[in-house]
Amino acid sequence: MFSSTKWLRSVVTDQLSRVFAALADPTRRDIVARLAVGDASVGQLAAPYAMSVQAVSKHLRVLEDSGLVSRGSDTGHRRPVHLEAEVLDLMTGWIERYRRRAEQRYRRLDAVLAAMDETDRTTPDPTTSDRTGTGRTGLTEEGAAP
Amino acid sequence: MTTFAEAAIEADPTLPIIRITRDFAATPEQLLRAHTDPELFARWVGPDATSTKIDYWDARTGGCWRYVASHDGQEYGFRGTFHEVRPDRIVQTFTFEGEPDGVALETLRFEPLGDGRTRLHAQSLVDSIEGRDAWLRSGMETGVNEGYAKLDRLLADGAA
Repeated sequence: MFSSTKWLRSVVTDQLSRVFAALADPTRRDIVARLAVGDASVGQLAAPYAMSVQAVSKHLRVLEDSGLVSRGSDTGHRRPVHLEAEVLDLMTGWIERYRRRAEQRYRRLDAVLAAMDETDRTTPDPTTSDRTGTGRTGLTEEGAAP
Repeated sequence: MTTFAEAAIEADPTLPIIRITRDFAATPEQLLRAHTDPELFARWVGPDATSTKIDYWDARTGGCWRYVASHDGQEYGFRGTFHEVRPDRIVQTFTFEGEPDGVALETLRFEPLGDGRTRLHAQSLVDSIEGRDAWLRSGMETGVNEGYAKLDRLLADGAA
């Protein structure tokens, strides 16, 4: 499960670390969320914030270095800022898959808990616990007193 | 009231932490038992195509554990210690033997919700953001093409 090539891992790890670092700041997260709707100029991005265009530009540079956003190559000062959605997907894809694996694990736990519930309900009566004395329930009952 | 019928995950961008929250139709006692009884634990911990064999298991404060997961003829060992085992929480270390320098500190809290329901708060702390991201990626090869989720939990926290 940890067998992906070292090369891919280091490239990807560097980028991921930069992405996480870039998103550590609430203003930058907000900028990314707004760019998810569509490209915008620096001026448009700066408008809702109580900070200078220069300060916003600084945030954009961090986002650019992480690969999360790119600047259009138009001439002039209105180079639109563009969200590189696949970079975000790279990260959120992993988080989502990790989450799904956790969810699958917890669905198996649901089933185990449901089976325990049955056992818990039947154990107070010694005559029924005899009848349900399969290997599985037997082990469950032993586990009651770790 | 927020419910966590499905596992919710939070990967803090500034700390090497993964947090998972999930509700269960079980009492805290049952949830504790499913985490501390080795036979029960082995039944749910591994993916479906994996069989889990407990090597040793002493689910007491100061005890230690080790299990081996088999998948496609490959074996993967995991081990750690139970730092603290209490009715409402388990604190344990977790190491994948393939990367023995990496140690996660896991804290599981069982929050009773009443009505025989319990909320599990699971937190894994590793020693670097890089290490955390490696955890998030681990197993990606085995993940079937599930498609990418578009915009994201992490942003939802800060921007929604």
